[in-house]
Amino acid sequence: MTNIGLYFSIGIIVIGLLAILRYSLKGKDIDRRIIFLFMFITVASSLLFKMEFPEKPTLIVKKVFNKIENLPEGSRILISFDFDPAMKPEVMPMANAFVRHCMVKKHKLYIMTLWATGQALMLESIEEVLKPEFPDAVYGEDYTSLGFKAGGVGVLNVIITDFRKMYATDEHGTPLDEIPLFAEVTSAKDMDLILPIGGGAPGPKEWILFVGDPGKVPIAPGLAAVVAPLIYPYYPKQAIGLLGGVKGAAEYESELLRNYDQFKDMDTPALSMMGPQTMAHIVIIAFIIIGNITYFRKRRMNDNA
Amino acid sequence: MKREIPLLIVFVAGCFMAIQFFVPHASSEYVYEFVMDWTIIIGVFAMALGIWSFVKVSLNKINRRQENWQYSIVAMAGLFGMIVFGSSIMKLFGATQVGLESYMFKHFFDYVIIPLHATTFSLLAFYIASAAFRAFKAHSLMATVLLVSALIIMLRFNPFLGPVGEYVGDGAAWILNYPNMAAKRAIGIGIGLGMVATALKVILGIERGYMGSD
Repeated sequence: MTNIGLYFSIGIIVIGLLAILRYSLKGKDIDRRIIFLFMFITVASSLLFKMEFPEKPTLIVKKVFNKIENLPEGSRILISFDFDPAMKPEVMPMANAFVRHCMVKKHKLYIMTLWATGQALMLESIEEVLKPEFPDAVYGEDYTSLGFKAGGVGVLNVIITDFRKMYATDEHGTPLDEIPLFAEVTSAKDMDLILPIGGGAPGPKEWILFVGDPGKVPIAPGLAAVVAPLIYPYYPKQAIGLLGGVKGAAEYESELLRNYDQFKDMDTPALSMMGPQTMAHIVIIAFIIIGNITYFRKRRMNDNA
Repeated sequence: MKREIPLLIVFVAGCFMAIQFFVPHASSEYVYEFVMDWTIIIGVFAMALGIWSFVKVSLNKINRRQENWQYSIVAMAGLFGMIVFGSSIMKLFGATQVGLESYMFKHFFDYVIIPLHATTFSLLAFYIASAAFRAFKAHSLMATVLLVSALIIMLRFNPFLGPVGEYVGDGAAWILNYPNMAAKRAIGIGIGLGMVATALKVILGIERGYMGSD
């Protein structure tokens, strides 16, 4: 039944695109509303009929996965939720996948955010992924949350030398000295890996510039797709790998599914989003080709006139 | 003196911060952290200033019934509503939890702010499709290179390509790792040199824009 709906939708899109192609061969322009309508049908039908494709991790994602996988049990990993609700659909799947992977490997998790809007999203990950899926994890011993701190880059410049100078307490008001996870932690330099997730400023780039590089701490950022190309120059030295957009998150989710049976029933939003994204790309490519046909057709008609 | 004293402060502070970076001593780090604390304090005051400015602009707009003044009411209601929902005042109305755990705060965040942000961001898909159709034309050699690169990058996600997909993936990785990386590094180095030049101009008092009209 699902496939019938999907094939029907694809059929409508293909027939529609062919009709537009025929129209544009006459050298006529296409109304932008038609483009919007096609995008809507493409994304909606892919979502409605749950179109999913198998994912194969690229080297740049595999390096992040392998780093977390190969760190010895009990390694200290810091995750920073530096994003807002606009970026949530794209980068939240990465955050949840990182949390799952770190917890299943029994690493010690330090969670924080440099964005005021990241606080609620950070809590969502703790409440909806960490606590229900890892009920044995003890706060303060297996994971801890520092919450939001205003100051942006200023915060990073201080925690690179001393956490306690910036965070007197954790998110719940407990002094850091009373939290077992901070017993042997002075600064961000004591982390074995930092996973900043976001796409704005302060974000992964600032983590690399002000913490990772000067502190010699490995960094593996999770990024919104629009900023991923900006972070590529830091790979592979300052960033050991990176997850770019929904595609990166989907590849990471597929690696978790491939390596851990216990995650076979987990929610995989990034894998689900790859279907609509792929179909939308195909439609955009089709429109680019049609746009160029129209352009050359018009040019020839003008030359002949 | 009104001009000389700020210039002197900027010169001394700028030189100190530049030298401090190369002095790995505890006292040097202490001063650096002290200065960073001040940066954060100034940032917090800037936030207060921003709220005051927003309220002033919105009230003016409402009082003068300027175009779309109704939106200012919604914006003000959103700002003060979230402050109230997140504060302890809600306990007076029977709320058991405050702050981020507050029922109203949480629900407004989850069911208003998140969908609004996500919807606005999602509209990009429509505009990108329309812009790609109109602007991505092979009207010159450079435009064709850009067009082909964009197509390869988009096609790397495509599972329908079968065995060709691997070559497209390799091509996309090459584009990202070499031309993209080289260009971004060049831009990054250029920005860095530009920042150093601007900082020097500020420290030496050549650039005085921060002092207002001069």
